[in-house]
Amino acid sequence: MEYGFTTAAYVVSAVLFILSLGGLSGQESAKRAVWYGIFGMGLAVAATLIGPGSGNWFVSLVMIAIGGGIGWNVAQRVQMTEMPQLVAAMHSLVGLAAVFIGFNAEIEMVRVAAMQAASEPMGLEALTGFALKVAEKTATEINILKIEVFLGVFIGAVTFTGSVVAYGKLAGKVDGKAKKLPGGHLLNAAAAIGSVLLMVMYFQGAGSWTLIAMTLLAFFIGYHLIMGIGGADMPVVVSMLNSYSGWAAAAIGFSLSNDLLIVVGALVGSSGAILSYIMCKAMNRSFISVILGGFGGTTGPAMEVSGEQIAIDTEGVAAALNDADSIIIIPGYGMAVAQAQQSVSELTRKLRAKGKTVRFAIHPVAGRLPGHMNVLLAEAKVPYDIVLEMDEINEDFPTTDVAIVIGSNDIVNPAAQEDPNSPIAGMPVLECWKAKQVFVSKRGQGTGYSGIENPLFYKENTRMFYGDAKKSLDALLPMID
Amino acid sequence: MKIGAPKEIFEGENRVAMTPDSATQLIKLGHTCVIESGAGAKAGFSDATYEKAGVEVVKTAKALFDAADVVVKVRGPEATEAKLLKSGQTLISFFWPAQNAELLDQIAKQGATVVAMDMVPRISRAQKMDALSSMANIAGYRAVMEAGNNFGRFFTGQVTAAGKVPPAKVLIVGAGVAGLAAIGTATSLGAIVYAFDVRPEVSEQIESMGANFVFLDFEDKQDGAATGGYAAPSSPEFREKQLAKFRELAPEMDIVITTALIPGRPAPKLWTEDMVHMMKPGSVIVDLAAERGGNCDLTVMDQKIVSENGVTVVGYTDFPSRMAAQASTLYSTNIRHMLTDLTPKKDGVIDHNMGDDVIRGATVTHEGAVTYPPPPPKIAAIAAAKPKEKVKELTPEERRAKETAEFKQQTRNQVGLLVGGGALILLAGLFAPASFMQHFIVFVLACFVGFQVIWNVSHSLHTPLMAITNAISSIIILGALMQIGSGSFLVILLGAASVLMAGINIFGGFMVTRRMLAMFQKS
Repeated sequence: MEYGFTTAAYVVSAVLFILSLGGLSGQESAKRAVWYGIFGMGLAVAATLIGPGSGNWFVSLVMIAIGGGIGWNVAQRVQMTEMPQLVAAMHSLVGLAAVFIGFNAEIEMVRVAAMQAASEPMGLEALTGFALKVAEKTATEINILKIEVFLGVFIGAVTFTGSVVAYGKLAGKVDGKAKKLPGGHLLNAAAAIGSVLLMVMYFQGAGSWTLIAMTLLAFFIGYHLIMGIGGADMPVVVSMLNSYSGWAAAAIGFSLSNDLLIVVGALVGSSGAILSYIMCKAMNRSFISVILGGFGGTTGPAMEVSGEQIAIDTEGVAAALNDADSIIIIPGYGMAVAQAQQSVSELTRKLRAKGKTVRFAIHPVAGRLPGHMNVLLAEAKVPYDIVLEMDEINEDFPTTDVAIVIGSNDIVNPAAQEDPNSPIAGMPVLECWKAKQVFVSKRGQGTGYSGIENPLFYKENTRMFYGDAKKSLDALLPMID
Repeated sequence: MKIGAPKEIFEGENRVAMTPDSATQLIKLGHTCVIESGAGAKAGFSDATYEKAGVEVVKTAKALFDAADVVVKVRGPEATEAKLLKSGQTLISFFWPAQNAELLDQIAKQGATVVAMDMVPRISRAQKMDALSSMANIAGYRAVMEAGNNFGRFFTGQVTAAGKVPPAKVLIVGAGVAGLAAIGTATSLGAIVYAFDVRPEVSEQIESMGANFVFLDFEDKQDGAATGGYAAPSSPEFREKQLAKFRELAPEMDIVITTALIPGRPAPKLWTEDMVHMMKPGSVIVDLAAERGGNCDLTVMDQKIVSENGVTVVGYTDFPSRMAAQASTLYSTNIRHMLTDLTPKKDGVIDHNMGDDVIRGATVTHEGAVTYPPPPPKIAAIAAAKPKEKVKELTPEERRAKETAEFKQQTRNQVGLLVGGGALILLAGLFAPASFMQHFIVFVLACFVGFQVIWNVSHSLHTPLMAITNAISSIIILGALMQIGSGSFLVILLGAASVLMAGINIFGGFMVTRRMLAMFQKS
């Protein structure tokens, strides 16, 4: 098959990928969009397999089959609450694949260079596939190729360890708190400088060991960078790693002179970058401060929180809900942890059946992944047209009878607006305290992920509904009549 | 203890401080009740109904003052009444101690205790005995009734076979209790109601009652609510702005009800003579501040006058008394709550606890000493309101100017970025070989497309977006597929591993996206 056919197939795939991302602008079109993506991928793989430069069909197909089987299984079994971990784990695979492919390119380069040096016309002519492409390159092009390979491996390696750590934190296998080795970001900076030095050496022909050494340094950077970021910042981290995996693919695309890789890498890279930006904006923090880890130091003494947390029992909540006409539910990470989304959905169904207005208010950083809450609620069959964004619903709290906060804390913290010294001052929050009554379902009297005291719990119209979210809601359900 | 209510001797006062209902409640507290014959007649309570409730009826005021340990009244005591007070006796009524210092001294010398209902501190706990509010509520309602009585048209707009009736436009100045009550009454009658207050934070209350808040664009935001929920005097500049606004509104308004009072001062003049002249003939002004000199220049206390241009100005001061039955019911309940607080054990024994914030605040003489003014209450009356940030309304010109400025800024930014980015690319082009530049163009364009496309992705679909980008970033499989066929064993091994991992990602990513999207359902 000619090279032209493959290119044409790539063009079609690229268009399909763009359509598949663009289709995510609405829930209904998204269902079609995912098929565009699948066809695009299928077409690209098929075109590559039958196109020039590929060989070893057997191994390829077996590997795809095995990988596909694993992927299919995992995707079928994964719980929706585990989505953040899954996404992080998948990023790590892309990162590692980028590293391997980069290494392969280096190996081929070395082999071809050796052949050219030994001037073996026979061997050179016998080259096929990628090696042939390398052999055709001029000296400058080889240099560019070296930069590309180096960058691809670097980004891939950072993505790999970073995603593994993020996975560990999200899955609760690694302590979620921000941790740094002594030296903190100086270590990262040193490793980065070391990588640059190695690149220069690699450029001047110091050999493959520089590439391997750099990979180890990059592994370290990825590990240490993400270890230093607290659990509450995970939405930013995950979208950032998403972006990195895209850039890694693009860099590999450059080194392999494959336009489709470049296009898709760039799409994914910019998508992740925009997501990170949106998340940072939602937390009123700069990207740099997220990367540097932890919340910035407070600028003054925090406002005194006066009053007491008043608890309420199930009967009280049920009575208030039976009397209320309009209800807004604010879910957070705690709902995901308690697996309470089904109970929330059941509660919603019952309340709506009685003709009450029930809506959900979703903060952009609720949960540990952008859009995490939407997915959980959708899984529990909460209709998406009553699930609203912060900007859409914030004005409606004063006219709402009951606001129920389930497992969220920082995103409903009035200190962000009232206390200029609060570490989260200025962060946009859901103004649930303006509702006539607020119930907070919470395990105990602890602070949130950021460790900031929440004055909401002490407000006059707030009642604390202590206990595991799922159990409390299940106890509540029979009392709604 | 014996609680006694004399007949009000003030001219035109129809209210009474004890009703048969309140007496029943007082008897439950362990007290006995006594009333002067005919005290409740003007409010519609006959002696017989009192007797039925177990109240002793005595013939004269003297007999009542002799018999009662606690005398409850509406109006403050006249000189003749004050003389009847004995040592150890308690009087509960309106008193206005600031204006009646002499009388206060006299009673203190007599040894009687006076609890002034107008001095009850304005804190949440004392709301049930806040007679000023309950009377103001009635005054606000009655003010609208008086206005309607003197206004020759409907309040509500109607389109009838006999022609169209425009709705009445009502302006309420001062949104205290009376003002808010007036707003509620006027809106429920169907009028278009505007309301003004110097405290911008009450705009919410005004709007909640269904009126339009008259917005005053004033830079210097003063805290108008400095003194326990009452308005404070305003600066001359503010006053000018306010009057200008009123002049603008005057020609349109059919009914104006003014309720502006500042504690301890004459009522501010807010509705000047020229404003009255601007109003249409047949319009009505009801001045609830008439007792303190009136908010309107033309107000004559206790009278209804008609201006040269046919505007009626009502200056009555006895609105609550004009609804004596209602006012007596509410006032006697306030008195009853006060007595409940004074009888904590419900055993009919008055315990005058000066340690209690409310009792201390309301008591103006006790055990022969003048105890007015009281120390400031321990609990702040109303939490100091945080200054609200007002969104300044822009004039069309300002808005246009702002828009153009923003547009220019955007253009500058975009052009700057384009120039900068273009220069960088050109620089790269100088050094890099052509084959690289071709790919580079593709890369830049793809980034651009990515940015344009992703901004439109809906927030709720961010998780599926991540999963699908994850799946398609495994396009990296192409690289592995191309390498797997060439050369050494190590390359094949690494390539195969890459294909495997990318395979997991492709299938896993797409499957999980599909699962998630299938869950999004419309209701």
